[in-house]
Amino acid sequence: MNLLRIGLPLLIGLALWQGIILALDMPSFILPGPLRVAEALWDNRALLVEHARITISEVLLGLLLGAVLGWISATLLALSPVAARALRPLLVFSQAIPVFALAPIFTLWFGYGLGSKIAMALLIIYFPVTSAFYDALIKTPPAWVSQARIMGAGRTRILWCVRMPAALPGLMSGLRLAAVYAPIGAIIGEWVGASRGLGYLMLLANGRAKIDLMFAAVLVVALLTILLHRAVDALAHQVEMRQQGMKGNG
Amino acid sequence: MGKSTLLHCLAGLTDGLTLDGRIEAGDGRPLAGRVALMAQSDGLLPWLTVAQNVTLGARMRREAPDRDRARTLLARVGLTDLAGRKPHALSGGQRQRAALARTLYEDRPVVLLDEPFSALDVATRARMQDLAAVELGGRTVLHVTHDPAEAARLGERILILTAGGIETIDPEGAAPIPRVPDDPDTLSTTGRLTRLLLEVA
Repeated sequence: MNLLRIGLPLLIGLALWQGIILALDMPSFILPGPLRVAEALWDNRALLVEHARITISEVLLGLLLGAVLGWISATLLALSPVAARALRPLLVFSQAIPVFALAPIFTLWFGYGLGSKIAMALLIIYFPVTSAFYDALIKTPPAWVSQARIMGAGRTRILWCVRMPAALPGLMSGLRLAAVYAPIGAIIGEWVGASRGLGYLMLLANGRAKIDLMFAAVLVVALLTILLHRAVDALAHQVEMRQQGMKGNG
Repeated sequence: MGKSTLLHCLAGLTDGLTLDGRIEAGDGRPLAGRVALMAQSDGLLPWLTVAQNVTLGARMRREAPDRDRARTLLARVGLTDLAGRKPHALSGGQRQRAALARTLYEDRPVVLLDEPFSALDVATRARMQDLAAVELGGRTVLHVTHDPAEAARLGERILILTAGGIETIDPEGAAPIPRVPDDPDTLSTTGRLTRLLLEVA
């Protein structure tokens, strides 16, 4: 069943791909066929793994830092309505500027190595994480808050023991988005200036007319992104079940 | 002014409100900090167990939870076996019993009830009324309800908020609270209340 659900669209996609090449008589230096790409994937496996390891560490570090920074920012905004009013436009602005344009500056600021790529991934996911968690934090059921206040809880206590656990699903939906966006950030960073990573490999392969290798690198990025999304989704599901009390019933 | 807002005022949550009048207790001390509230939504936090929900007040005040007391209270409301469960696994009636145990854990002289039983079916509601009346005995209870029969069963004094002001009705008969629902005196009080509500509406 599962095999059919994933396998069938995959087969159709591959058939279309091969069909276009046959129908339009595409030369392989413009669009290589699936078999050719598979061959490139296998022949260059050591190279791809080496560069994938760099990209994966950039993505994971960016994701981790972005989640932590988003968490802290959303919490501070929720604690202070004044700060929220003042800073929210800034937050939207950070998302409105094209991150692509910032990539060269980040390379200048954070260097040629991991730093600038992590910063790119971080910048791209910071807004969805902060925004989703903040929105959830200010939507705590009012009954829970007034109950806590009548019991004698202070603001930080309410934030920590009521609003934050109540808002965890919001943080999780932010992280689900972040898992898909973070690799984009890292790849952009690698395009602009890097000596390692799958984005760098794509450019290199393209420049040397190794289109099959470029496609292989693209496939690896796509596969990694799907895996990351799956993993974050599974984690988020666990957290949500726990938050709603559907798990851990004694 | 809404009834829930009024209860919040009495509990000391007055932000965004201008209070025209005074809130006084018989002993002249302020009421805030000496009340417990039980509302229509049971307010159980879904990620905590029933026992943890009962001791929620301690957690909120950064005190160590008194687990023995929580166990005793859960036994009194008949939830001993469900103490380790999450609220999600409980029925509506069981959830309100957990909320009652949490309210009792607070051990405050004044208890505010904001339609706590209105979402329950008739039999569960009647049982909850009996339990609450017994367990809350000896405290000052202000119970907001839309249900004339509930007021007739549980009220020592019944105040009706109308557009024209507050009407007072004294329940009939000398039966102890909780009164039997099908007692003629209780039924008569229910009838008088219903008529009054029809007239002022």
